[in-house]
Amino acid sequence: MIISVKDLRREFVVRTPTGRLRRSRIIVHAVDGLSFDIAPGSSVGYIGANGAGKSTTIKMLTGILVPTSGTVRTCGLHPVRGRRALARRIGVVFGQRSQLWWDLPLRQSYRTLAAIHRLPAKEWSARQAELVERLDLASFLDTPVRQLSLGQRIRGEIAAALLHSPELLILDEPTIGLDVLSKERLRVFLAEQRVAHGTTLLLTTHDMDDVQRLCDRILVVDHGRLAYDGSLPGLVARVGAARVLTLDLNKPSPPLTGIRFTRLVDVEPDGLRQRLAFSPHETTAAAVLAEVGKRTDVRDLTIEEPDIEDVVRRLYLASPPPPR
Amino acid sequence: MADRLTPYRVLLASRVRSQVTYGRSFALDVLGSASVGIVEFAEVYIIFANVDALGGLDFAGVAMVFALANLAFALADLAVGHLDQLPTYLRTGTLDAFLLRPLPVLAQLVTSDISLRRLGRAAVALAILGIVLPLNDIDWTGARIALLFVAPLAGAAIFAALFVIAGAVQFWLVEGAEFTAAFTYGGSYAASFPASVFAVPMRVLFTFVVPAAFVAYLPTLVLLDQPGPGGLPQWLGWCAPLAAAGIWLVAVLGWRAGLRHYTGAGS
Repeated sequence: MIISVKDLRREFVVRTPTGRLRRSRIIVHAVDGLSFDIAPGSSVGYIGANGAGKSTTIKMLTGILVPTSGTVRTCGLHPVRGRRALARRIGVVFGQRSQLWWDLPLRQSYRTLAAIHRLPAKEWSARQAELVERLDLASFLDTPVRQLSLGQRIRGEIAAALLHSPELLILDEPTIGLDVLSKERLRVFLAEQRVAHGTTLLLTTHDMDDVQRLCDRILVVDHGRLAYDGSLPGLVARVGAARVLTLDLNKPSPPLTGIRFTRLVDVEPDGLRQRLAFSPHETTAAAVLAEVGKRTDVRDLTIEEPDIEDVVRRLYLASPPPPR
Repeated sequence: MADRLTPYRVLLASRVRSQVTYGRSFALDVLGSASVGIVEFAEVYIIFANVDALGGLDFAGVAMVFALANLAFALADLAVGHLDQLPTYLRTGTLDAFLLRPLPVLAQLVTSDISLRRLGRAAVALAILGIVLPLNDIDWTGARIALLFVAPLAGAAIFAALFVIAGAVQFWLVEGAEFTAAFTYGGSYAASFPASVFAVPMRVLFTFVVPAAFVAYLPTLVLLDQPGPGGLPQWLGWCAPLAAAGIWLVAVLGWRAGLRHYTGAGS
């Protein structure tokens, strides 16, 4: 197991002033009894609402934060005691925090990182060439990081985290704020790295497509506890998450009720725009559209994927956390 | 050994490069730092326009204390002066990035910046030292010559340790830079005057708690072969490296405790 977590807990004491001199202490259980194992080579999506305990878990996995209780082993190491040995074997990317030097170009940052990791010159220059090529960094390799666009910077960060060829890559919201094309390129790259080097991936994300494209297993965390552990189709089946088909009609029409395997979500007052929810396991968009076509004229349509917040929210609703 | 230091050399080289990139603004920075040293020396000069001796030393002696202390402080400030910016490092997540690299955090923090502009102040201190040394009546022996070189280095080490302690304290205080500046910059101020001008409690504080007197005053007593004031015998002047070692021990222990507090408490 490349990551092994047993009954992991982390509490924070939050002090809030309640009077002139008095402060009340509230203990927040950010991570509350997590247990899971991750096998080498797998790709795991770690998802949950904001404040569910995702970042706290990642900080404990990487040795930035000491657990209150429970055990963590990352690459077989105690993350805090073996911090420096672990740092050589993992790569970490925080989408919203830079680990690069803002005033240096990427090329110099990589040279510095190679020195920090004491990589032999031959090894890292070949690795850098590979990363530059696969992530398409060549055109801005000599631009100071502060002048890069977000998409360029994230690519630069990911190359920085992979320069020392870590066996485990941890990504905290890597695609946040990226445009569709950049997201897609990043996913292709990560999937490729996994195939080429057997890199284990652990990523937190709010983007359903990230999970769909990259992860063969998902862990859903809620209030610091594991709410789901399994595949994405399994999760969707469990919560009944649906695609939503938004139809713009040519003429005001009566509500489109009773179409097989769909549920009418809402109808705008004049009936010109209607929304139907369906599960891709039961029917297809084409079948739904054909049936709608018999009743009225469709001018335009959009299909929305179930978003992760929605799936997670449904999961949370399905299994409310037991009171402690 | 040399191989072990490579990462730090590369880190520092990148800092140096980024600072000298903009030549004119760098020159202005150096000039600004030099003026700070000159203005501070003017203060000593003005005092001596009114008195003949200060704390048992004449103008040349006090100027030597000032120059040695300023040289030591400028060197320490150049190397580790950015340590009191730790709250910024905590806020921006830079410290987390350090924790994800296979090097000790303190070593990374020290080499994460170097303030070359402080060379201006060091140059002023060195110039004053060069002018006032011949004005002093020093019986040059091999040991005294050695002390002249060791004292600024030991003094720089003492101030550097104070900066590390000031940094470590920031792990507990959210915005404590003002408080800790009292010890770093206050220590520098105390070190640049003869400790004999202070009342006994202050003298003890700035010798045995914050070892500022070891930076310049006590070595100057040795160089001039003068007896020390009550409680500070002249031979203490030879102990500057010991004082530096002692305060560094405190600094490293304090830093470790601070870092443990940080990883324990999170942010």
